[in-house]
Amino acid sequence: MRQFMKYFSASFLFISMVITSSIAIAADYKVGFIYIGPPGDHGWNYQHDVGRKAVDEAFGDKVETVFQENVPESADAERVMTQMALSGADMIFATSFGYMEPVLNVAKKFPKVKFEHATGYMTADNVSTYSARFYEGRTVAGHIAGKMTQSNTIGYVASYPIPEVVRGINSAYLAAKKANPNVEFKVIWIFTWYDPAKEADAAKTLISQGADVILQHVDSSAIMTVAEEAGVYAFGQASDMSAFGPNAHLTAIINGWAPYYVKKVKQGMDGTWKGAEQTFDGIGAGMVIIGPLSDKIPDSVKKEAMEIRDGIASGTLHSFTGPINKQDGSPWLKAGETADMGTLLGMNFYVEGIEGDIPQ
Amino acid sequence: MILSEINFAVLVASLIVASTPLVLAALGELVVEKSGVLNLGVEGMMIIGAVTGFIVGVETGSAYIGMMAAAMAGALLSLLFAFIILIMQANQVASGLALTIFGLGIAALMGHPYTGIKSPQISTLSIPFISEIPVLGTMFFQHDLIVYLSLISVLVIWYFLNRMRAGLILRSVGEDHDVAHSLGYRVVTIRFLAITFGGAMAGVGGGYLSLVRVPQWTEGMTAGAGWIALALVVFSGWRPFRLLIGSYIFGGITILQLNLQAIGVNINIALLSMAPYLATILALVVISMSRFRGNRGAPGCLGRSFVKIT
Repeated sequence: MRQFMKYFSASFLFISMVITSSIAIAADYKVGFIYIGPPGDHGWNYQHDVGRKAVDEAFGDKVETVFQENVPESADAERVMTQMALSGADMIFATSFGYMEPVLNVAKKFPKVKFEHATGYMTADNVSTYSARFYEGRTVAGHIAGKMTQSNTIGYVASYPIPEVVRGINSAYLAAKKANPNVEFKVIWIFTWYDPAKEADAAKTLISQGADVILQHVDSSAIMTVAEEAGVYAFGQASDMSAFGPNAHLTAIINGWAPYYVKKVKQGMDGTWKGAEQTFDGIGAGMVIIGPLSDKIPDSVKKEAMEIRDGIASGTLHSFTGPINKQDGSPWLKAGETADMGTLLGMNFYVEGIEGDIPQ
Repeated sequence: MILSEINFAVLVASLIVASTPLVLAALGELVVEKSGVLNLGVEGMMIIGAVTGFIVGVETGSAYIGMMAAAMAGALLSLLFAFIILIMQANQVASGLALTIFGLGIAALMGHPYTGIKSPQISTLSIPFISEIPVLGTMFFQHDLIVYLSLISVLVIWYFLNRMRAGLILRSVGEDHDVAHSLGYRVVTIRFLAITFGGAMAGVGGGYLSLVRVPQWTEGMTAGAGWIALALVVFSGWRPFRLLIGSYIFGGITILQLNLQAIGVNINIALLSMAPYLATILALVVISMSRFRGNRGAPGCLGRSFVKIT
């Protein structure tokens, strides 16, 4: 047994070494990206990689981009970013929430390198954050889900209990409830962003308990495949996933990072980039895109969904508009009141009507 | 909280499906370790099996041919490992880890054009009459061929290791390769065969993941299943039936905790997510404490290179 443990600690060291394998680059401006999973996930990481390629395309030879995939949200991230900074990166995009501490630590050591951290809330002189109002997309998806469900049970596969995910559940629930007052949500937390087998198991469980529309806040396309097989509906996450479930795919909430990445790299090159900025854009700015709607959706519902989308984009509609109570029945928003930024960014409660607890 | 919302028959049926890749891969590794070789490349062989099985399944339109290809791919990759550690006598731990990293990389490369494709189906093979039994039929007798095969392999491997002369020889090679060698057994050949078998089983386990359980190809889709298989071998004390129990406990709690969450049970979810690991370790520790005390079943020469005495 002791020997076995020795093997495992040795293996851990070895893997860490491999992950931090060095990268050599040689262009005017160097931009690094770190991904939490593989860009081949057809989800979250894929879409960040689309953004990286847009940077490549926009600047040609003037900018060189490098990326490192499967970087754990731990000290490994610090090592990878240190390595990137040492090999001459001028700007680093850290594309997952859990890179927050590592980004701040590395940023301190390399004050000249510009850091952009996705979905975080801590900034520094050379660290800015950016996030998308995914919950706006979930309002549209929630409405469609509420209209499409026959069993009035909607399943939700969630990753980690962080504000971003909770916001998405609340937003989807409010829209679904408005579209169909009998709707009920079943939420499963799987504590991972990317594990196709676990995601598939969670989806199968929800379907076996009567859910006929599945929403997901995890990264792979496994749930879409399961939904297709079981003959239920699902929504693409981060990317269009219709290839995985032509019949199941209702629409997708697509992350549009490309314009932001191109803009930020340009700012970095001409010296107008600023630290300590927090960008939080939604459908209006094109950072959240509603994919094509499936033919399975009746025209009337399509029209309503598009109205919601356009309303949110133009600012006449807000995903969280009162009256809304918290889960325990205490009032949160008065009639007509909309949620403020601070509450949204730190959201750690369910709205009234959702069963179950948020894991702490 | 309404427990009746959980369909226990479906739960058992899905836990069996969820555990099958683990059972297959761990059984293969058990035989490898019994011959005295520690192959830490299970994860790599599984993913190579997953990607090859998927590609061949899609190209031929038959999931069964895909499964066979998965076995061959796993075996082929394990041959590389066998060559390195048996002929070149390299360190088994380092070689096994390298195999995992190599497998993950090459699988990503091979699978790149195959993301976003549907795989051919493996139909379930309902056993006549007994599959009609309510509850029990749904639980155990409406599975696909591979599930039945995994159960049969548990039996066959147990019989081979404990009741057959060839199994005895394999174990003796694992216990003390010098003695086995001086008795005239071909240590290297036997280990070659064991490693290849382990590779094929890991390959089938991976193929089951990409063709049945998920079913699609996604980069990195084994997500640590190979490591869990490795741990199960150790915790089962190198015994096939315990290994099966361990795998089913692991798969069972995994599925159960998802079901409990979906019906809104008020249990700390972090605890629930931890539960499969805890329960598996606990159960196997308890089994191994009650009987055969002191005999953990670890082969004496596990992980040691064999240098021929001339």
